[in-house]
Amino acid sequence: MNKEALEIIQSYQGPQIRIMEVCGTHTHEIFKLGIRNILPDTIDLISGPGCPVCVTPIDFIDEAVMLALEKGCTITTFGDLVRVPGTKLSLAQARARGAKVKVVYSPLDAVEYARKHQDEQVVFLSIGFETTTPSDVLTIKEAKDLTNFSLLTANKTMPMAYEAMKDSCDAFLYPGHVHAIIGTKICEELRDQEGVSGVVAGFTASELLTAIAIIVKKVQQGQPFFVNAYPRVVKSEGSLKAQDIIYTYMEPCDASWRGIGKIAHSGLQLKDAYKAYDARKVYDLPAIKGKDNPACRCGEVLRGACKPYDCPVFGKGCTPDHPIGACMVSSEGTCSAYYLYGGLKEWKK
Amino acid sequence: MEKVTLAHGSGGQATAELIDKVFKHHLNNEYFTADDASVLPNPQATLAMSTDGFIVSPPFFNGGNIGKLSICGTVNDLACMGAKPLYMTCAFVIEEGFDMDQLEEIVASMEKCAKEVGVKIVAGDTKVAGKGQVDQVFITTTGVGAIKDGIKTSGAYAKAGDAIIVTGDIGRHGTCILLERDDYGIEANVSSDCAPLWNAVDALTDKVKDVHVIRDATRGGVGTVLYEIAREANVGIKLENKKIPVAEEVRGVTGMLGLDPLYLACEGRMVIVVPACEADQTLQILHQSKHTENAALIGYVTDEHPGHVTITTEIGSETLLPPPGNELLPRIC
Repeated sequence: MNKEALEIIQSYQGPQIRIMEVCGTHTHEIFKLGIRNILPDTIDLISGPGCPVCVTPIDFIDEAVMLALEKGCTITTFGDLVRVPGTKLSLAQARARGAKVKVVYSPLDAVEYARKHQDEQVVFLSIGFETTTPSDVLTIKEAKDLTNFSLLTANKTMPMAYEAMKDSCDAFLYPGHVHAIIGTKICEELRDQEGVSGVVAGFTASELLTAIAIIVKKVQQGQPFFVNAYPRVVKSEGSLKAQDIIYTYMEPCDASWRGIGKIAHSGLQLKDAYKAYDARKVYDLPAIKGKDNPACRCGEVLRGACKPYDCPVFGKGCTPDHPIGACMVSSEGTCSAYYLYGGLKEWKK
Repeated sequence: MEKVTLAHGSGGQATAELIDKVFKHHLNNEYFTADDASVLPNPQATLAMSTDGFIVSPPFFNGGNIGKLSICGTVNDLACMGAKPLYMTCAFVIEEGFDMDQLEEIVASMEKCAKEVGVKIVAGDTKVAGKGQVDQVFITTTGVGAIKDGIKTSGAYAKAGDAIIVTGDIGRHGTCILLERDDYGIEANVSSDCAPLWNAVDALTDKVKDVHVIRDATRGGVGTVLYEIAREANVGIKLENKKIPVAEEVRGVTGMLGLDPLYLACEGRMVIVVPACEADQTLQILHQSKHTENAALIGYVTDEHPGHVTITTEIGSETLLPPPGNELLPRIC
């Protein structure tokens, strides 16, 4: 543990600093380590839009349900997405009505499933940020001899989201895993061109405390700043190999983020050359406009505009067992973290 | 290679042969009977009785098999009440085509495990189900034990100030089964903690009479047991993260998968709650007993936050241990 960092943080008198942790894994580690409980009132941690399940719009769930129920496809997906509510049905509810929904532990398992079940039309739900997208699209290479495998994509990229969220905080706690892929030039550009500050952080207690302490020190100097506090993993140029994989198969597109809306060039779609693997094209899906449950304030939570316990259904109608919003479903979701580690009144900060 | 057939469950000649060659061969004792029921002497004690079904998949795993598990499970349930396991029955449901050598291996480990704690298997049943109607082999065991004089344990007896001890490093069985299933493509050498704990409990309760709670941390793991105790006794429980024993390889696997060892099943670990003044002696006795050599004090019962378990993290901050959620893995035991 980093005692010096802890001292810098705990002795900070103000003015108020708002730090947005962008990564869902950061949110959960911060809760698990109890970091919020030791922060002075002068430092506010806001949980941002870094949980891939949470920011995936409801339309995507509706599309997957349509593929499963109306097009007869077998949906393969990571477990988290199965319980995310759609406009009418979640995939779990669709499964109860006869849809085939298979939970896999890696994208390659989905290809294996398709190979073993060539009488089924298998669709893998491809969501996530730069960290997971390479393994999603590598399925196309693995499935090149198959005609029954495709991807329903809602992959996203971080840089444009930073820009969209820049007014919500004084500094970002940049996600270490994402920047291990995309590098840190974007952070320097944001600092130089937009005046956006932030620190790339790792995931241990010491790395997180160090990153927060750096923010506290730098904010007081009054200049926009960027520090890579996770240099053992994050390099300036990132992982060129992973970037190459992503952009071999995909190209930037506009994307909808739950709670934030459409952000230009913040998504990835399959290139036309790979349209045979694009479930939207293969099954000729119509444009779907989903409708979120109006009681749920996930959208504001994701923008950092409110805390989970400000939502009227948090912990009442909406719990990890019976989620109303996506943020309560995913293990990386902000509401789930607040509920599990801090949902009780006496633990509210 | 000989296989179990439907005839072995028919009650006829093949059944008799199976009983003689496998079950009686390994489990025989003065009460093991061919009659309809076993006739037993009256133990002249307050009795504890428990039953448990075992459907673990796969039935053979690193550090044990379903047979060993089926003895440990019931022995440990009785031991939690301070009861010396006396008699057990076992009922097998075997899938047609199951390998006879594997069945023998299962029964041999039951023999070994039962002998270790001195429990006698006095009656049994064998059914064979058609191919696909069960998955390989299921076992149900029932046990009767005599509660030692002066021992009275219950989850409701935990009191503020009591010390909380676990009898060894946690989360092994759950991690082991998870690796055996190979769903995650992770390779690591984690053996199950599956073990019969009566001898350790016997040694402990010889010296320490005022044991408040003994609970077997099976499905749901130590975390679930602690929440049960907190709710039953309406007390708070405060853990110290750095004192919770977790093997390095278990920490590695669970870290990769985002699982908490506190919520993974154990099959040879107990949570023992004793008055703080008895903690040192309790640990001393456990450290000298088989299967509990690595027992550790992990926290205390408090009167703060009744019904909840908190954990002091590595940065010295107290946070809530997330309450138990849904079953992580089916068919763990």
